[in-house]
Amino acid sequence: MTTRAPEPTTAAANPPVQPMEVNLLPSDVVRASAMPNLPAPDRQLTKVAKLIDVSKCIGCKACQSACIEWNDTQPELGVNVGVYENPHDLTPDMFTLMRFTEYENPQTGDFEWLIRKDGCMHCEDPGCLKACPAPGAIVQYSNGIVDFIHENCIGCGYCVTGCPFDIPRVSKVDHKSYKCTLCSDRVAVGQGPACAKACPTQCISFGPKDEMLAHAEDRIADLKARGYENAGIYDPQGVGGTHVIYVLHHADQPSLYAGLPDDPQISPLVQGWKGPAKTVGLAALGLAAAGAVLHGLLSRPNRVQPEDEMQAQALVNGGAEDRA
Amino acid sequence: MTRDYSEAGDHLISTRPVLVSRYRWFTRANHWIIAATTILLMLSGLAFFHPALFGLTALFGGGQMARWLHPFLGLVLALGYLLIFIQLVARNLPRRDDVVWVKHFRDVMDQNEEKLPTLGKYNAGQKFVFWAMAGLILLLLGSGIAIWQEYFPDLVTIPDRRIAVLVHAAAAVLMGLVFILHVYAAIWTRGTLRAMTRGSVTGGWAWRHHRKWLREVAGRNRGKPAK
Repeated sequence: MTTRAPEPTTAAANPPVQPMEVNLLPSDVVRASAMPNLPAPDRQLTKVAKLIDVSKCIGCKACQSACIEWNDTQPELGVNVGVYENPHDLTPDMFTLMRFTEYENPQTGDFEWLIRKDGCMHCEDPGCLKACPAPGAIVQYSNGIVDFIHENCIGCGYCVTGCPFDIPRVSKVDHKSYKCTLCSDRVAVGQGPACAKACPTQCISFGPKDEMLAHAEDRIADLKARGYENAGIYDPQGVGGTHVIYVLHHADQPSLYAGLPDDPQISPLVQGWKGPAKTVGLAALGLAAAGAVLHGLLSRPNRVQPEDEMQAQALVNGGAEDRA
Repeated sequence: MTRDYSEAGDHLISTRPVLVSRYRWFTRANHWIIAATTILLMLSGLAFFHPALFGLTALFGGGQMARWLHPFLGLVLALGYLLIFIQLVARNLPRRDDVVWVKHFRDVMDQNEEKLPTLGKYNAGQKFVFWAMAGLILLLLGSGIAIWQEYFPDLVTIPDRRIAVLVHAAAAVLMGLVFILHVYAAIWTRGTLRAMTRGSVTGGWAWRHHRKWLREVAGRNRGKPAK
């Protein structure tokens, strides 16, 4: 009898070696796309978060390599176009990407190399999940992980439309959408994400979200002590907070970091498209159809009268003017 | 010969009883292709529109197949409608009679035919359906291509895609309403359906609903031997 894996509290420790049962179950799903009446889960997992301390990142791309290795993706070999990003964008085979920004700080005159690990933010209120029309293709577990269930994905790209961070990528091969899973398959067996495990500077850490927030506060205090007075945390409340959070030296200007949205939220257009308007539209169609049937049954149809036929006959045969 | 109210092909098929050709075979075939694609588009589109209707994708062999097929059906619809648009646009231009007809819409529903103006090939209601569908199909086509993930993933920016999905959904609902109106009107006005099945209408139908059209077509028939 194997036991359920413990919930992971760190990515740094080595994993348990004894066989254990997965501990991220279908019953832990709190929200699923196009499934509005999901039963409430019988337990609440500890909310987790991945903390990316941008100030500690050296741009080595070990996280990208670990991600490719763990997820067994095969990103296309790219070409060098004179920038450090490699590949040049997120792809269906590259779930995370180091984005490099050269920034000349107008206050200090310093040249700063801002490096941000891009990827799914695992929003508490996920725009992709809201937009997705396929039941169960996008799920959110009670620990905060947002995952794509590929067997349910239909490849429509609505998740791309819904995401405030431009993250999902639809494969040209199998026409399914891909993104960072926060290593849900590792978390399920008590391990932290592969990127966090591989990060040589521990710029990426993983654990319960409150612990990660506390850790972030320590880091921010340290950065402030070293002159980064605008250092702060990026846990955008416009999407209910995220389960991937950043420590930024310039938290007052997130968009400095390769266009990280300053105030991300699910677009009002997407809210309108997916909100009560759907029910109103469906009701309008239903009422119109029912009204047509009812009117058809209850009202007198417009029938051609024998008089009409006679008049037509007279017009055609007589060639005379009509008498009506 | 003047042709204000009819198409060149409209003619008397027989004079005793009076039968008038309203749509030739090509127009009818095109109409039914448009009708079939519209119904399939509504079924697959409704599946993506509301979670409660996702099960409709089973009709197409699953979600992936429905997602793949839907835009191609849309292209067929747009092409078919373009042809019908070119054919029928001249007879669907608004006229003064249409204003009178609309003002007497109560009488249309109450069948007070004597209070209505005599009309050409189309009444204002039919013209409304014609133009509404033309406009909505144009909107659906444009917004649909903008969100066609498989072939045009990068055609428009993501913020523009959000506008496109909203326009697409709203236009689709309106299209559904116009579709219901079109089908209902064709059934309520007895004797209309045969124009799109057999291609002809009775003289009485033409007299009752499209008298100027009948007069013009009958006028063209003068001098030809009676059948």
